[in-house]
Amino acid sequence: MNKDQRHLNVTAIENGTVIDHIPANNVFKVLHILNLENNKNQVLFGDNLDSRKYGKKGIIKVSNTYFDANEINKIALVAPTATFIGIKNFEVVSKKQVEVPDQIKSIVKCFNPNCITNVENVPSLFTVVDKEQMKLLCHYCEKITVKNNIIFV
Amino acid sequence: MKGKNLVSITDFSKDEYLRILNIAADFEKNPNQKLLNDHVVASLFFEPSTRTRLSFETAANRLGARVVGFSDSGSTSVKKGESLKDTIIMVSGYADIIVMRHPREGAARWASEVSSVPVINAGDGANQHPSQCLLDMYSILQTQGTLDNLNIAFIGDLKYGRTVHSLVQAMCNFNATFHLVSPEQLKLPSSSKMHIKNNKLEYHQYTELADIMPIADIVYMTRIQQERFSDPLEYEKVKNSYVLTKSMLEGCKPNMKILHPLPRINEISEDVDETPQAFYFKQAENGVYVRQALLAAIAGVK
Ligand SMILES: [Zn+2]
Repeated sequence: MNKDQRHLNVTAIENGTVIDHIPANNVFKVLHILNLENNKNQVLFGDNLDSRKYGKKGIIKVSNTYFDANEINKIALVAPTATFIGIKNFEVVSKKQVEVPDQIKSIVKCFNPNCITNVENVPSLFTVVDKEQMKLLCHYCEKITVKNNIIFV
Repeated sequence: MKGKNLVSITDFSKDEYLRILNIAADFEKNPNQKLLNDHVVASLFFEPSTRTRLSFETAANRLGARVVGFSDSGSTSVKKGESLKDTIIMVSGYADIIVMRHPREGAARWASEVSSVPVINAGDGANQHPSQCLLDMYSILQTQGTLDNLNIAFIGDLKYGRTVHSLVQAMCNFNATFHLVSPEQLKLPSSSKMHIKNNKLEYHQYTELADIMPIADIVYMTRIQQERFSDPLEYEKVKNSYVLTKSMLEGCKPNMKILHPLPRINEISEDVDETPQAFYFKQAENGVYVRQALLAAIAGVK
C-alpha cells in the first residue's frame, strides 16, 4: 500500500462515514444504492485500491453523513464484506458490518418479465429466503430470483 | 375473515380453509340466500376467462349482490393506458369487493395493496388462482368424506399447471401422499417438491398413468398444452400418453374420483363421463358454492 492510498483510507474526514472493503468495481453500485449521487456533502471514493485482505477493493468517504442499519444492509447484495466506520472529530466512533436483510425493497429487479413490477410502476419487494445463496422470493409474482439473475433497478 | 384479501392460497390458514368449505356446504344445501343485497361486487377481468367469471358472477347473484365490471380490458380505459393502480383505486371507491383476473403475475397482490376494499384473486398470470384451489378441496372433501391422509395423483402438466401447485401446497396441511404422473419435460417444479419435503410428506413420480390407478383416492387430470413444447414432435409424442379412458378405471379404488379444472381437450375420453368416478362437472358446479362462501365470509355476513 503506498502512501497516497493510506492517506485516502484513514485521514481527511472530520465527521462522517468511511465505507471500507467494498469489492473492487462495486463502488459505483454502492454509491447508487445509498443514493450518494444526490448527497450534498463531500463524497470521496476510490476503486481498485490494494487491499491486504481482498487483493483489490473500493472505498467511499462521506462527510457529515451516518447510516442506520437499514441503509447499511441495503448494500448486502453488492458489498457483503463492507465495513461502515463512523468518524467524529477525526476519531473512529463506530464500526458496523453489513448483514443480509430479511427483505429487499426497491433496489432489485424481479427476473420474471411477466411480473407486475416489471410492467407497472410498482416498487419491487423480495423476501430473502436463502441468505447464503441469495435467493430472493418476489412478494408479487412469488417467483425466486437467484444470485446470477440479480439486476439492480 | 371479514375484510380479508384472498390473493394466494397461503393467505388463509388451515382453519380458514375449513371454515370456507363449511360455509360452502351450507350454500350447496341452500344456494339462494340474499345476504349481500346491499353490496356491489366488481368483477374485473383484464383478460377473458368465461368459466371463472360466470362462476363468480353467479355466486354474487345468488347472494343478491349487484355486479359491475368488464369481461375483457379491450374496451376499457386500461386500453388507453390507465395504470392498474388508478383503475383499482377508482373501482374500490364504487364497489364493496373486487374480484379480478389479470394476465400479469403479482397483479392481484399489488391491487390488494392499493385497494380500500378486499380483493379476491381470480387468477394472476401463471401464479395463483386460490378459489380454484378451494373448490378442488371442497370436491375432495365431498367425495372422500375427509381431507386427511389421502393418496392424491396429479396427471399431465405438473410444471406449468398453477392449480396443481396450489393444491399441492394446500393439501400439505392434510398429510397427503402425492403421486405425480407427467412427461419428463413437465415434472412438478422443485419449489413444490420442496414444500412437500418440508412438511415431511411423501411424493412418488411415475411416467405411466396406469401405475397409480390401484392406489389413488383422487385422480387430478390436467391439460397438456401445445405451447409448452418448443418441438411440435415432442408434443405429439406425449399428448396421447396421458389420456384417461373408461377401460383404465378397472381395478381402481371404490372411492376414487376424477377431478379436472376444465376445460378438457382430449385427456379424459368422453366414455369416462358416465362412470361413477367422473366428478369434474360437479366440481365446476361446486365452484359457485365455494365462491359464495368466499364472498359471504369476506363481506362479513357469514
Ligand atoms: Zn416478481
